[in-house]
Amino acid sequence: MKLRSAMGALTALGLALSATTAFSAAHNEGTLGAVEAKGSIQCGVSQGLPGFSNKDDAGNWTGIDVDYCRAVAAAVFGDSNAVKFTPLSAKERFTALSSGEVDILSRNTTWTMTRDTQLGLNFAGVNYYDGQGMMVPTSLGVTNAMELDGASICTNTGTTTELNITDFFRTNNMSFELVAFEKADEVVAAYDSGRCDVYTTDKSGIAAQRLKLADPAAHTILPETISKEPLGPVVRQGDDGWFNVARWTLNCMINAEEMGVSSANVGEMMSSTNPGIARLLGTEGTFGENIGLANNWCANIISMVGNYGETYEANVGANTPLKLAREGSVNALWTNGGLMYAPPLR
Amino acid sequence: MAHDIGREKDEGGGLAALIYDPKARGLLFQIILLLAVIGFFAWVLDNTITNLAVQNKKSGFGFLEEKSGFQILTTLGTFLIEARPGQATYLDIFWIGVINTLAVAILGIIFATILGFMIGIFRLSSNVILRGFATVYVEVLRNIPLLLQILFFYIVVLRLLPGKREEGMQVGLFGIDLGTIPLNITGLYMPFPVLGEGFGTVLMAFLGACVLAWVVAWLAKKRQEATGQQFPSFWVGLALIIGITAVAFYMMGSPLVWEHPEFRNEGPILRRGYQAGVGSVIVPEFIALWLSLSLYTASFIAEIVRAGILAVPGGQTEASKALGMSNGMNLRLVVIPQALRVIIPPLTSQYLNLTKNSSLAVAIAYPDIVSIFAGTALNQIGQEIEMIFMMMMVYLVISLVTSAFMNWFNDRMRLVER
Repeated sequence: MKLRSAMGALTALGLALSATTAFSAAHNEGTLGAVEAKGSIQCGVSQGLPGFSNKDDAGNWTGIDVDYCRAVAAAVFGDSNAVKFTPLSAKERFTALSSGEVDILSRNTTWTMTRDTQLGLNFAGVNYYDGQGMMVPTSLGVTNAMELDGASICTNTGTTTELNITDFFRTNNMSFELVAFEKADEVVAAYDSGRCDVYTTDKSGIAAQRLKLADPAAHTILPETISKEPLGPVVRQGDDGWFNVARWTLNCMINAEEMGVSSANVGEMMSSTNPGIARLLGTEGTFGENIGLANNWCANIISMVGNYGETYEANVGANTPLKLAREGSVNALWTNGGLMYAPPLR
Repeated sequence: MAHDIGREKDEGGGLAALIYDPKARGLLFQIILLLAVIGFFAWVLDNTITNLAVQNKKSGFGFLEEKSGFQILTTLGTFLIEARPGQATYLDIFWIGVINTLAVAILGIIFATILGFMIGIFRLSSNVILRGFATVYVEVLRNIPLLLQILFFYIVVLRLLPGKREEGMQVGLFGIDLGTIPLNITGLYMPFPVLGEGFGTVLMAFLGACVLAWVVAWLAKKRQEATGQQFPSFWVGLALIIGITAVAFYMMGSPLVWEHPEFRNEGPILRRGYQAGVGSVIVPEFIALWLSLSLYTASFIAEIVRAGILAVPGGQTEASKALGMSNGMNLRLVVIPQALRVIIPPLTSQYLNLTKNSSLAVAIAYPDIVSIFAGTALNQIGQEIEMIFMMMMVYLVISLVTSAFMNWFNDRMRLVER
């Protein structure tokens, strides 16, 4: 009797493990082939981060990360709606990608060496240069992070923020207490009730979560940026065809902005004689075919989703609730003194 | 026996005889089944390794030696194992998680059992108010999802407690000030026992006294069985334990100092409040999780207890009354021993449920094994299979130990038929 129940448990364990083998067939044909066969892209996004990936009042996904996935769909299918979204927690995201549950992860994910080299993943580029910041109640009278000795700090589990804040306090020989929650909503609730003195996450995230506080005006974002957080889309390692599609979708959007091609003028630009624009829009060369797509892949992205600057201003820019001004920030184009730079289509 | 019958049928033997021999046939099927099971697992293992290689992922348990770089909330685990970032290994993180899971599970089981028995008995009370309260308790608590209750308790606990820079909660009754409980939003502060030299001897004396008390109880029982004379062995035993331990404690020169928490009310605002690392603290995350797990499980235990008591025929009570037993003796010596036989098996399931439900801790930042090992550590290491496997083993071992203990207890409580 006892032996039989132990065997039952082992069999169940075995079944759970064998579930990991189910996707191996799709791997061999390449993700691009598998995606084309099923007719849509499965995109992993956050569980709700305004400006990046969040559901609007009508239940549609919006945000800069969501727009990137729509751009990939536009490149592959010529239809920016051929994409399905899977909300993932910070903890689940890499497992969901490596197990094949999602085809691409566009979930404000920081590019780090460990993630790039140890998790079997590849980062396709950077669509937002972020950095970790801290927010405190104004009533504490703190003006910079060096005054935070002895603070208790609320944050999310399973992110680089836990490591960065630990490093920062260790470097400066300050003591602190870390209270780490699984979901951002509980972090905000705990911080708002006074459990912690400090709320820390990426600065874009602070700008977004601050809107959920009872009195957003009573809180100050400290000037320090304690880490580099280049956020970008992620794909599985070892599938170069799909990796190329992911990387060049982003490059297309950045190059388009640099060349002045936007969703508003892409129609007239199709007849442009500028060779750079002609290559970008597919009227010259076979750049699209070379990565397994239609030649007008980039034109589709721009007309259906827009160039990088358009998605930035629509989702996180100065005229959105997040009010993250682009001018003068690292997210400006390289021609404007920022870091947004894409290799040329040539 | 069966073997012999097979022989008789076919004297010369051979392969045919073996097949018709039920024992040999049984053995054959067992071997086939065993091979199939081994083959299945070999296939699963091979498939998993192949797929991991395809995904370019690391495997193995080498990561346990690596140093972790994050801080863990002050809890029992971090009191027992130092978790300084950059020095604690992932194995330390694992054990801290295990200790924290065990702490909330064990304390939860104790509180849930006490509360569950009380509520269960209240449900059978003749007092309308008690019965009504118990009914409402059971019906409300067991019909709301546990995760909601945990979040609710957590937010309520946080909102009720005084702020971080306040010393504690004023407690008063009928206008009389009963002092301040050192409890604010960062936790309940208590003295921390600092053990001095010679405490080991005190501990030995305590254990010795326990053995002595057990011997006294055993002798008293023997005597009662032989002569019918009763002896207050419980009180004598208690006196022995307390007395011997106290004498040893003072003879060793009181080798125990209490380190009191320190509250500071001046200096920079962030440094005010209770000072970290002085005294000990129970964080509100633990309090909320422990309370909600216990209250939720108690509602199920109450129903089990009620069912157990109702399962004892009324004739038993009447018989014990006829023998001249008091109400207390009736409950203690007749009803509960028989009710326990019905109560224990489902009670075991509730204990296991409580332990497994403690994994919901991650929602409210209590650093249990799921939160810190399968959460933060997993996100840094990324070896799901090894780490989830270790976690499953933890829960399996805890559950099997709980089951084994409860089965042993059940055997002791079984009706002994003569």
